[in-house]
Amino acid sequence: MTFLSLANSVYERIRAHGEETYPHECCGALLGQSTPEGWRVIESIRAGNTRTDSAHNRYHIAPIELVRIQRSAREKGLEIAGFYHSHPDHPAQWSQTDFAEAHWLGCSYVITSVAKGKATITNSFLLAGTTEEDKRFEQESIRVENSPGEQNEQTLQETTSIKDQR
Amino acid sequence: MTIYIPTPLRTYAGGKDAVEIGAATISEALTSLTSTYPELRKHLFTNEGKVRAFVNLYLNDEDVRYLPEKENSQVSGKDTLSIIPSIAGGNDSGQ
Repeated sequence: MTFLSLANSVYERIRAHGEETYPHECCGALLGQSTPEGWRVIESIRAGNTRTDSAHNRYHIAPIELVRIQRSAREKGLEIAGFYHSHPDHPAQWSQTDFAEAHWLGCSYVITSVAKGKATITNSFLLAGTTEEDKRFEQESIRVENSPGEQNEQTLQETTSIKDQR
Repeated sequence: MTIYIPTPLRTYAGGKDAVEIGAATISEALTSLTSTYPELRKHLFTNEGKVRAFVNLYLNDEDVRYLPEKENSQVSGKDTLSIIPSIAGGNDSGQ
């Protein structure tokens, strides 16, 4: 199983985004660096959801916004590591629509479930495979980093439970 | 012109995030790109040779689909062509 390392600020920001857009889906991009264990995400960029016709259960990022995000990543010496979106009042599991519309092979797709306006579970799925024909989602462990260079070895589930105890 | 390669396709483009191509049109540039890196072809084009539906091509900040000449548009050395797979999805709640 691969890991997705998220800076704590990124983890908090993408979950907050899902709460802000509730009951609509939020979406955005994750910028980072490739490591032997998986992606290390340093920054997230919010994107607009163009699916205003069905924003409670669909998202779409305008391609021109992706062009600008890719340009921004390059200028910062980072890569597009993946994307995130929320599932309002729905589990943090990929759907058939997510799978059919997933084309960034080797990238991470992060999904946060937002229940009644509150972010709950966040999961990550690596789009594995080499072509459209053999692509598949593989769940990744999320590792939240407290600060640059200081890694929190706890998995997301452990981190969540610790926070819930506060 | 410069062609920007998205993360998933860099494996098939020698690990490069950008490739410099000398070409007169977008179509020529893509032909040259896929001649240099043949493995890119199946990721960009259908068996019929058309650009896959989920692959977006942007000449600078313009969607190639909406250019008057589309892929036959003229390009110069300063132009950039971004290859951007689409991003979409959502839960299947159907509510």
